[in-house]
Amino acid sequence: MADQPPHRTGAQAPGGAIAACATPPGRGGVAVIRVSGEGVRGIAQTLLGDLPQPRRARLVSLTEASGEPLDRGLALFFPAPASFTGEDVLELHVHGSPVACDLLMARICGLGARRAGPGEFSRRAFLNDRMDLSQAEAVADLIDAAGEAAARAAARSMRGDFSRAVEALTARLTRLRAHLEATLDFPEDEVAPLEDRSLAQGFRELGDEFEAVAQAAERGRVLRDGLNVVLSGEPNAGKSSLLNALAGEPAAIVAEEPGTTRDLVRVQVAVRGIPVELVDTAGVRPAARGVEREGVRRAQAVREQADLVLRVWDAAGGRPEPAPEERAVLVRNKVDLTGEPAGPLGPLTVNVSARTGDGIEALRALLAEKAGGAPDGAFSARARHISSLKEASRKHREARALFDRRQPAELIAEELRLAQEFLGGITGAVSSDDLLGEIFSQFCIGK
Amino acid sequence: MQANRFDVIIAGGGHAGTEAALAAVRMGARALLITHSLDTLGQMSCNPAIGGIGKGHLAREIDALGGVMARAADKAGIHFRLLNASKGAAVRATRAQADRWLYKQAVRGALETAEGLTLFQDSVDDLLIGNGCARGVRTRSGLDFRAPAVILTVGTFLAGRIHMGEARHAAGRAGEPPANRLAQRLREIKLPAGRLKTGTPPRLDGRTLDFSVMRRQPGDRPRPVFSFMGRRADHPRQVECHITRTTEATHEIVRANLKRSPMFSGAIEGAGPRYCPSLEDKVVRFADRDSHQIFVEPEGLATAEVYPNGISTSLPAGAQLEFLATIPGFERARMTRPGYAIEYDYFDPRELREGLAVGAIGGLYFAGQINGTTGYEEAAAQGLLAGVNAVLAARGQDPWMPGREQAYLGVLADDLLTQGVTEPYRMFTSRAEYRLRLREDNADARLTPRGRELGLVDDARWEVFCRKREAIAAEQERLAGLKALEERAGNSRVCGALELLRRPGWDCRRLAGLPEVGSRPLLAGEWQELGEQIDGAIEIEARYAGYLARQQTEIDRNRRLRGAALPADMDYGVVAGLSNEACEKLDQVRPATIGQAERIPGMTPAAVSQLLIHLKKRKLRCA
Repeated sequence: MADQPPHRTGAQAPGGAIAACATPPGRGGVAVIRVSGEGVRGIAQTLLGDLPQPRRARLVSLTEASGEPLDRGLALFFPAPASFTGEDVLELHVHGSPVACDLLMARICGLGARRAGPGEFSRRAFLNDRMDLSQAEAVADLIDAAGEAAARAAARSMRGDFSRAVEALTARLTRLRAHLEATLDFPEDEVAPLEDRSLAQGFRELGDEFEAVAQAAERGRVLRDGLNVVLSGEPNAGKSSLLNALAGEPAAIVAEEPGTTRDLVRVQVAVRGIPVELVDTAGVRPAARGVEREGVRRAQAVREQADLVLRVWDAAGGRPEPAPEERAVLVRNKVDLTGEPAGPLGPLTVNVSARTGDGIEALRALLAEKAGGAPDGAFSARARHISSLKEASRKHREARALFDRRQPAELIAEELRLAQEFLGGITGAVSSDDLLGEIFSQFCIGK
Repeated sequence: MQANRFDVIIAGGGHAGTEAALAAVRMGARALLITHSLDTLGQMSCNPAIGGIGKGHLAREIDALGGVMARAADKAGIHFRLLNASKGAAVRATRAQADRWLYKQAVRGALETAEGLTLFQDSVDDLLIGNGCARGVRTRSGLDFRAPAVILTVGTFLAGRIHMGEARHAAGRAGEPPANRLAQRLREIKLPAGRLKTGTPPRLDGRTLDFSVMRRQPGDRPRPVFSFMGRRADHPRQVECHITRTTEATHEIVRANLKRSPMFSGAIEGAGPRYCPSLEDKVVRFADRDSHQIFVEPEGLATAEVYPNGISTSLPAGAQLEFLATIPGFERARMTRPGYAIEYDYFDPRELREGLAVGAIGGLYFAGQINGTTGYEEAAAQGLLAGVNAVLAARGQDPWMPGREQAYLGVLADDLLTQGVTEPYRMFTSRAEYRLRLREDNADARLTPRGRELGLVDDARWEVFCRKREAIAAEQERLAGLKALEERAGNSRVCGALELLRRPGWDCRRLAGLPEVGSRPLLAGEWQELGEQIDGAIEIEARYAGYLARQQTEIDRNRRLRGAALPADMDYGVVAGLSNEACEKLDQVRPATIGQAERIPGMTPAAVSQLLIHLKKRKLRCA
């Protein structure tokens, strides 16, 4: 599985209603939440009381299932096929606060939609013939970019504890399934029967583990979100001052956390309302040895996972200008010393002075453009991970209930299969052959 | 006069070859089956049993399409079991211990009475090929036979090599010659090939065994019936099986002789199945176990020979004798044939196209162990598919492959074509994602109508099927309109009759006992076993309605989103954004649909999207 990207099309991949915030993430004035696919009519009816007239904006009050108010906004219904995706589409225009959007998305998902994968709206629109040939060509690039961005976001969001916890969860679920499937496919082999206490214990432990991982994910400390920008360059090029300049007033710093090594500094900032994580690879020298070599390796890994690299170069330092790199913007710093004018020099080059602040706005604009122009959902691995976990956990609870009620083993197995497919949305799919491998390593099978 | 032109030629008379030949002639084709020995038609070369988990499902599906396997099992079965009876309807499976001679008789009878089928004893030495297409075969005796379609079902005979201790020799099945010339010829065609191995246990003289110390294993009651058309009256006399165990002393002897085992000395290069390990494997890999089960299976009613299932071995014959004596009940056992391991060639099934057609050569089909599978049922299933598709192709019609959601036949073919094999492939129910639908009981509902369209299902079977289907629908409707009083401790309440069937402990018979429900009207001429099928179907459909509806939704979605066909002449090199690796894999497998492409190991969602977009662009350009 090592060569597979973290996102696989699991149970959640095709069909059903999908939902996503269609406007760039962050604190804008208005956020548009789009819901598309079969089931949209039902969701609209429950959420709004009835189905709005096609293509007519209507002022609506949105509430939680409990009746507690969430937000007021405009609702628009576009029946298939005359919609963006060619399916039934509901659009909700609400206030742009990220928290309100999150709550509304959770409410919509509670009604049967799921969070859209990267590029999924565009893909549906395309497959339903809502695009012409030239647009189709563009979609190819878009999906490619979305896939890559999502893979990077997913890899980033699963650092350390969370990643290990999800892996442990997957291993435990696979073991439990292996035991159950072994009783089904090899009834005459000496596999402990279903009533066996070890199975009951397996269910219990798996439940605890789901609980722990879901809580950790909800707390959000282990998952990161937003555009990931890495600053790189020579030690005296001014990376730290650029970081401070971009962060602006200290109040703009959303969260600060010590780096995983003393060589990396991570700062969460909001650039025009969009969450951006800045990573400073300060103190990393290219010709490092010994302990420092590990620092170089980590910095390299962080650069590979970044959505964007700001290559900081000292314009007054007399060294040759670095060659263009993939996904990199050249920031020519210290132009106050050379007398060059601050501002953009092209799509991938900006002149700034971190000291005076000149050109920083132009750089912010460029970052906002990079984040805002991103394909839908590409930077929000976190939300998808949480919803995959919840779905998997729900399936596990259903399996356990069937087990406790002594229902036929094949029904329990079916719920666990679905649980695994949902988890596969985070960790990569576990194939039936992987499962068989687990069975054969655990049990002596074969007459 | 001997004809030499046919519609289809089948080389090989095992389980794949017989189903292929019978399917072809049922569809009205003229077929020639060539085997090196007519006396071994219908031979069970390994253990004498048909069915089991996954395999019973396949046998039922073959039966639903008019095949011979399940009917022969009914005529030859001397010990029937219904495995997993309490674990749910979908994993429940029939297995019969068969009398080898009765089984062969039944199969040979079916072949000899099949209209349009010619049987011929000879070895196929060469393929006749013209313009990149199979045109027929040349036999060892120098005869040429011509047909636009050739199906190879040559089992373990391709460059077969038998190992027993340090001794080894070229062979097909025990005592039979290998098909080396054909193997050589196929290797020249440059199809990617590999080696697999399998093994058998020593056979024993039952008269020298002490059954009194073994655990008895009687057949199940009520005794299951294999074929949808079968009756218990078809079954011969029933016997018991027995179970004994290896001991610590057995394991010590195995350990002492390990270095003489070709598995461990490195003499065998092929991969063996993990689910059917040799005794040597079991002792080494599960060293903590002090005992392993042995199923002592009778080989037939008219023979004393028994098959001790569970101690497959390639140790030297002397060591086999030595360890046998340490097993309870085998102390005085006389060995009738030593166990052995056999290595053989298979061809990478990812080179196959829809219908099990060989991609590189038109009109050539592979079925059975040549594709890397193991088992009679797996072979028979492929034989049937290859037979059908050879005839369809000869008629210029599109190939037919049931989907993964439709049949284990579909799971088997799709797995082979997209995943390939790393060990001999055997069917397990855990391979089927839509397992709850793919049950033994509904194999006819899933496949018989399509089989009828294809010409595989004769009038007698079709008539029974239609009447059964109507009876089920009528009874479901009747029950849906009935209320019944459900009595529970303390409080009784009225509920629908169908709803009552979902409660534990309820079945059609108990329901019929309620005065407000009563019995289902019997079909004219309904026999007991058919009645059991009808009741069973009603019970299962009622209990699983929710799950089946959920899977149906998933399937409908998949069909819409993943059913898009990929053209056979697709040039993956021009698809924008595909990695070289993805391109190579797609080029080898040449998937027929997007769904199939998606199942190729290592394919990323992004790559699949690129394919979809490329398809759309092609369509837009053509429009």
